[in-house]
Amino acid sequence: MLAVAIGGSLGALLRWWLTDLFPSDPDDFPWATFAINVTGSFLLALLPALTAVRRSRTLAVGLGPGLLGGYTTLSAYSEQTRALLDHGRTATAGLYLLGTLAACLVAVAIADHWSTLAQRGDFEAEGGDE
Amino acid sequence: MTPLLVALGAAVGAPCRFLLATRLDGRWHRGTFVANVAGSFLLGLFSALALSDHAAALLGTGFCGGFTTYSSFAVQTHGLGRRRGAAYAVATIVVALGACALGWTVGQA
Repeated sequence: MLAVAIGGSLGALLRWWLTDLFPSDPDDFPWATFAINVTGSFLLALLPALTAVRRSRTLAVGLGPGLLGGYTTLSAYSEQTRALLDHGRTATAGLYLLGTLAACLVAVAIADHWSTLAQRGDFEAEGGDE
Repeated sequence: MTPLLVALGAAVGAPCRFLLATRLDGRWHRGTFVANVAGSFLLGLFSALALSDHAAALLGTGFCGGFTTYSSFAVQTHGLGRRRGAAYAVATIVVALGACALGWTVGQA
């Protein structure tokens, strides 16, 4: 639980720093959050490939549900989509909503090439994908 | 001050999500689903309340951001396969967006 808290803090700091560095207008496509969620999904799917992560539950939950869970966000994604719809930017909202999902799923599918089904099973059993 | 508040909020949010997920996730990822929906509701509510910068960093960017997760959502969706994955993805996105709109409406009332 401590590993999740520490990892989550670091991940959220990184997200805050990146969105602060690349701010987006509320009416525009939220590129920073998009990039954060795609890279975070890719890295989470890559973790089962690392032997050290499969061997240590602390490392698995500290990096998975902790660091990458804190780094990525679904609440900002919902709120940004809601605000875009509220401002009449329906096309941008739809593109952001579906574009993030599609890009994240592709990123996960690519990252899966570096690990086997059994390795991903071990990682899941550690609670790494929670 | 702001980074400290973001870190503090996430230090509470991320373990809360992990606890929900380890307790409720089974054949379906109910815990992660609940965290993502509840976090989206709260962020909609906080956005409508126009919190101070410090409160927004602690509760919005920190807590709600740390409580919700896109990475686990994407990996879980992929792992569920085509049909169940599609159902999980659509349910999460639609219900979370609805919850966020509800939070925003409640906050403005």
